[in-house]
Amino acid sequence: MNVYKLSEALSLTPLAMPDVDREVTSCYTGDLLSWVMGRASADCVWVTIMTNINTVAVATLVDASMVIIAENAEIAPEVVERAREKGVNLYTSPLDAYALCAAISRYL
Amino acid sequence: MADSVRLEYMIDGDNFTSAGEASVMVKKSLRQMGFDPETIRKVSVAMYEGEINMVIHAQGGKATVDVYDDKIVIVLADRGPGIPDIELAMQAGYSTAPDNIRSLGFGAGMGLPNMKKYTDEMTIESEVGVGTTITMVVNV
Ligand SMILES: Nc1ncnc2c1ncn2[C@@H]1O[C@H](COP(=O)(O)OP(=O)(O)OP(=O)(O)O)[C@@H](O)[C@H]1O
Ligand SMILES: [Mg+2]
Repeated sequence: MNVYKLSEALSLTPLAMPDVDREVTSCYTGDLLSWVMGRASADCVWVTIMTNINTVAVATLVDASMVIIAENAEIAPEVVERAREKGVNLYTSPLDAYALCAAISRYL
Repeated sequence: MADSVRLEYMIDGDNFTSAGEASVMVKKSLRQMGFDPETIRKVSVAMYEGEINMVIHAQGGKATVDVYDDKIVIVLADRGPGIPDIELAMQAGYSTAPDNIRSLGFGAGMGLPNMKKYTDEMTIESEVGVGTTITMVVNV
């Protein structure tokens, strides 16, 4: 499923959507960045509550297709701007990581 | 293997907002040079972990990336405090990162293990009070 369709299916709020035609082939959730770097696959959707600027760098480097910020965790405008610049699809949702991942599992 | 391209970056030790920029630039360059996505991912993740370590643990340093047809060599050199016990530092979960760094999502103690995992060769030379040089090779 592509980023756009998944975001619609999950009723996500878009923050940055530079490349919504990308395919999503797996899902990873976690907030410790080195765990994410070690475990997340390319083309994944990454679900996290970590919203600092390094989130964007990690998403870029692991080649995540999209990032979903769970529980509407607060995110600074600079971080959203950086995601746009770096081509990272970034969304937010009121659901927690468990609910998001459970829902995502129905579509992947 | 005659030709190689050298990319060099100074890593700023007290700028967390730009931390990781060098790795992102290397990623972009490798993509332009036409390397496959998996090779690019390995190089950029390994380099990012090393780059962040230099920012967090060593007040910055220098990154040099030599790109050959058949391999990519990353050298990260700093004049930080050095690593007293390399074997211990390499263990998954070992970290001396302070709380303010942990609240940013770092400090899981997985950086050095990731660097080893994503590269074909990795050597650490370190002397306490002098600095650390980490050399990583990813075969293409
Ligand atoms: N360049 C360096 N200079 C001095 N000490 C270092 C350096 N790199 C790593 N270390 C030491 O090795 C430890 C383990 O490093 P590692 O990258 O595995 O974990 P971390 O940086 O603490 O956390 P994480 O990488 O998971 O965010 C560090 O906590 C630090 O004590
Ligand atoms: Mg580290």
